[in-house]
Amino acid sequence: MESPFRSEAAAFRLVLVTIGAFALIVAAALLIDPWAGVVVWAVITAAAVWVYLRQRGPAPPREQVEHVGAPDERRVLVVANETVEGEELMSAISELALGSKAEFLVVSPALNSRLKTWTSDEDPARAAAQHRLDATLARLASIGIEARGEVGDVDPLVAIEDAVRLFHPDEIVVSTHPEGRSNWLERGVVASARERFDVPVTHVVVDLEARAGR
Amino acid sequence: MTSHAEAAHEHHGPPEANRSSRVDARVLGMFLFIASEAMLFGSFFTAYFFVRVVNPDAPAEWPPEPFHFPVFVAGVNTAILVTSSFTMHWALQSIKRGQRTAFLAGMVLTFLMGLAFLLTQVVEYLNVGFNTSDGAFASVFFGLTGLHGAHVFVGLSLLGIVIVRGFRGHYSPEHHHGVELPGIYWHFVDIMWIVVYSAVYLI
Repeated sequence: MESPFRSEAAAFRLVLVTIGAFALIVAAALLIDPWAGVVVWAVITAAAVWVYLRQRGPAPPREQVEHVGAPDERRVLVVANETVEGEELMSAISELALGSKAEFLVVSPALNSRLKTWTSDEDPARAAAQHRLDATLARLASIGIEARGEVGDVDPLVAIEDAVRLFHPDEIVVSTHPEGRSNWLERGVVASARERFDVPVTHVVVDLEARAGR
Repeated sequence: MTSHAEAAHEHHGPPEANRSSRVDARVLGMFLFIASEAMLFGSFFTAYFFVRVVNPDAPAEWPPEPFHFPVFVAGVNTAILVTSSFTMHWALQSIKRGQRTAFLAGMVLTFLMGLAFLLTQVVEYLNVGFNTSDGAFASVFFGLTGLHGAHVFVGLSLLGIVIVRGFRGHYSPEHHHGVELPGIYWHFVDIMWIVVYSAVYLI
C-alpha cells in the first residue's frame, strides 16, 4: 500500500481528488437531499478504501546479505511453521550439515490470528512456537547437529528479515506444507523471499498429513 | 565483501537498527501523524453530527434562526486556500528544477494566501454575530473552524521557516526535503478545510 501522503505531489493529487469528491457530495446534498450527500460520501469513501487496499506499493530493494565468519563456514537460516519437526526438513538440514562446516539458526514464527495479533494476544502463539522449536533443536542435537533457535515474528517475511539482519545467512531454507494446504505458499512467502534476499532460498515441502496417514 | 563484513563485525555499540517492517520509517511516521489528526478532527466532526443530526432537539435550520454563516466570504476564503495548494505545488516543482526565483515566489504567495485565509477567518469571527455561549451549534462551529485555524497557523509557521531558509540560499534540486514535508502538511490542512467548509457551511 502506498500512503496518499508519501510525497507532496501525492498529497496535492489528494487535494484535487478531495475537491472533486466533495463537489459531488455537496451537489447531491443540495440538489437532492442531505441524506443523498451522506450516501454519496459513503460510496466514495468505500471506493477510495477499495482502491487504496488494492494498490501495491513499490517493491522493496533486493537485500544484499553479507557473508560473515570464516570463508569456509556457511550459515543456514531455517524458517518453518508447524512443519518444523517434519522428516523432510530434518533430512534437508542433515544434508546441509554434511556438506561443509555449517551453522544453523532455526526460526519458528509465532503463528497467530490477525485479530489476536492486533489485540496483542501473542503469548499462547509464542509459547507454542517455542515448544515446537525446543523439540526441533532437541531432535537436531540427537543426530549431532548443533543449532540455535528463535521464535520469530508472526509474519514469516518479517521473521526472515529480522534473522537476516543479525545472522547474515548464506542460505535460507523455508519449510511449508504442500501446495493447496500452505498458507505461506498462498501468500507467496517463498517467492517473496527469493525476490528480496540475495542468497539461495531452498523450499522444503513437509507433508504432515501423509506421514500421519501411514 | 567479506572484509567489509568483518569490519562491520568489529563495530562496537548497538547493532544497526532493524526496522522489522517493510514500511519506510518516514511513511510510517506520516501515516501515524495523519491517523492522529484524523482522529482529532473525527472527534470534532462527531460532536458536529451529534449536535446537528442525533440530538432530538437539533434545530430544523442550520444554523438555527436567527443566525447565519457567511457562506460567500468563507467560499472566497476556501478558494484562496485551495489556490495556495497550487502555489505550494508550483514552488516545490520549481525547486526540483532548480528555478529558485519561482520557488521563492511560490512560497511567498502560498504564505500570503494562508495569512489572508487566517486573517479573514479572524474578521469572520468578529462579525459572525454569535458566540460560543449561543448554543451547541456555535460551540461546534467555533470548535471545528478554530481547530482548523490552529492547523493553518502551524502550517504558516512551517512555511515561514521554509521562506527564511529559502532566501538564505537553502534547498536545491537534490535537497528539498524541508520543503516537501511542510508541503504535505499544507495540503492536508487544505483537505481538512474542504471537508469542514462542505459539512459546516454548505450542507
